[in-house]
Amino acid sequence: MNYVPNMANIARSEGDPKVLRSGPSSLGTSDQLAKVLGWFSIGLGLAELIAPSRITNALGMQGKEGLVRAYGAREIASGLLCLSPDKQAGLWSRVAGDGLDLATLLSGLRDDNPKRDNVALALMMVLGITLLDVAGAQGTTVRHRRHRGAQRLYHDRSGFPKGIQAAREAAKNFSPTKRAAPVLAHSAASGSEEPAFARSL
Amino acid sequence: MKALVWHGKEDIRCDTVTDPEIEDSRDAIVKVTSCAICGSDLHLFHNFIPAMLPGDIMGHEMMGEVVEVGHGVNGKLKKGDRIVIPFTIICGECEQCQRGNFSVCETTNRKKHLADKVFGHATAGLFGYTHLTGGYPGGQAEYVRVPFADATHIKVPDGIPDEQVLFLGDIFPTGWQAAAQCDIEPTDTVAVWGCGPVGQMAIRSAILLGAKQVIAIDHLPERLSMAEAGGAIPVNFDEESVVERLNELTNGKGPEKCIDAIGMEAHVTPWQPDTVMDRAKQMMMLESDRPHVLREMIYVCRPGGVISIPGVYSGLVDKIPMGQLMNKGLTIRTGQTHVNRWTDDLLRRIEEGQIDPSFVITHTVGLEQGPEMYKIFRDKQDSCIKVVLKP
Repeated sequence: MNYVPNMANIARSEGDPKVLRSGPSSLGTSDQLAKVLGWFSIGLGLAELIAPSRITNALGMQGKEGLVRAYGAREIASGLLCLSPDKQAGLWSRVAGDGLDLATLLSGLRDDNPKRDNVALALMMVLGITLLDVAGAQGTTVRHRRHRGAQRLYHDRSGFPKGIQAAREAAKNFSPTKRAAPVLAHSAASGSEEPAFARSL
Repeated sequence: MKALVWHGKEDIRCDTVTDPEIEDSRDAIVKVTSCAICGSDLHLFHNFIPAMLPGDIMGHEMMGEVVEVGHGVNGKLKKGDRIVIPFTIICGECEQCQRGNFSVCETTNRKKHLADKVFGHATAGLFGYTHLTGGYPGGQAEYVRVPFADATHIKVPDGIPDEQVLFLGDIFPTGWQAAAQCDIEPTDTVAVWGCGPVGQMAIRSAILLGAKQVIAIDHLPERLSMAEAGGAIPVNFDEESVVERLNELTNGKGPEKCIDAIGMEAHVTPWQPDTVMDRAKQMMMLESDRPHVLREMIYVCRPGGVISIPGVYSGLVDKIPMGQLMNKGLTIRTGQTHVNRWTDDLLRRIEEGQIDPSFVITHTVGLEQGPEMYKIFRDKQDSCIKVVLKP
């Protein structure tokens, strides 16, 4: 959503602190990999959507343009997920997609396909990407798994030093003050000219 | 100085930055002694709230010691004063401040032209938040400049630990306002969606305001255990139907008062198809927020009831059942917190020992561990509920 600052031409104010030296990021290596793979997925997906016939021609798999387009849509969806906070889902969806890609390419590795060398090359590339996807998916899953560290429960943290019963008893003596009432409604109804909060500041 | 700086989506770093300086006569510089990561910081972490810039300093829950004041502060603060800084920057003079509607102060948003376009009318400036609310540097830092410092502060006495008063700047009054604007009656059932820090404060506030029964909805055992400790009946939405359980606990009538302490990032579960649809739309920028909790509250709330929304929403939501809302005659109350409206009363309650907000703290670390704690808090690892940072 960084388009908003760009469109609005906003900038930090002159006197605001400026970064002198940057420290380590909250993004881990697997998170960075997810970003790269996400953008790669979107790029590949767009290519598959826009120019499927160039891809099928290069692979000798004419007639499968519809399938390539569908795979393009899948790639874009996976890419968006990889770039979102749910990146693990995006990366695992890419791994599943790699399986589909490999199966589809294997079907083009026929003796009668004059472009079978290209198919073999594409297979090797997809295998390489699959390894990266699996590494990224496993890395982010481990890094962001919820159950890291011992699970603790907080049954002893009431927040009421005198106990819940005392808190409930105190509530019985509570009477709403002006402060608890909607102030605009109060001011309109009372017609009071005295600012409700003038004294408190 | 050291500060936690936003560099992009999920990219927070502990950077060395230039020290803040007095820019206006009403400014003060505060040496931060404690600050915290808020649930709404995660919306910025995920870049779901627009208009952040790389280099922005995070943080809007902080307190510390005044080390420098401008001459326009007029004696209302002096060097050495110990203050909690409310996350809403207020002038104390405009019509809204005079009415106690501090979060919509008409003066302090220095990016008013932008906010006017986006919101229709600008709201108050906020620390460490989007440039839609002024883009003021936040307090997850060693020092922070407090604009309009003569009004934007809560003085706290020595002798009370930071941990007990720090949350006067945001989550305690936020939970309190959520409960207070429900107009709780002694016969009321109050249902609170979300047992994060604000939800926990809302539960305690509802108890202190006299609710007959408080019900807490979440799915994380550690959060539900803390809610139960505070007097709420826990409902785990992974294990039971929220609507059925709420009806069961209210003789089929539904809770009179419902509090949404979740906001724009409702949990996505495959057996709640609307949450999956919202997530997909959000990813494709067809919808900015995921309002599952709002839909559920409107459905289950007792006719004539009140829906209170302290949870942050940033923009557009889809499929809100206006028919149910209108026909059931529900009242919606929401808004960023008018912090200073409540803090005198809440500080008194802390001093009297009615409540100790430090119960919510699960992690206390140094500022340099902040980036890692953002991740742990977001991923809900290590039973993390509230992180306090010590610069």
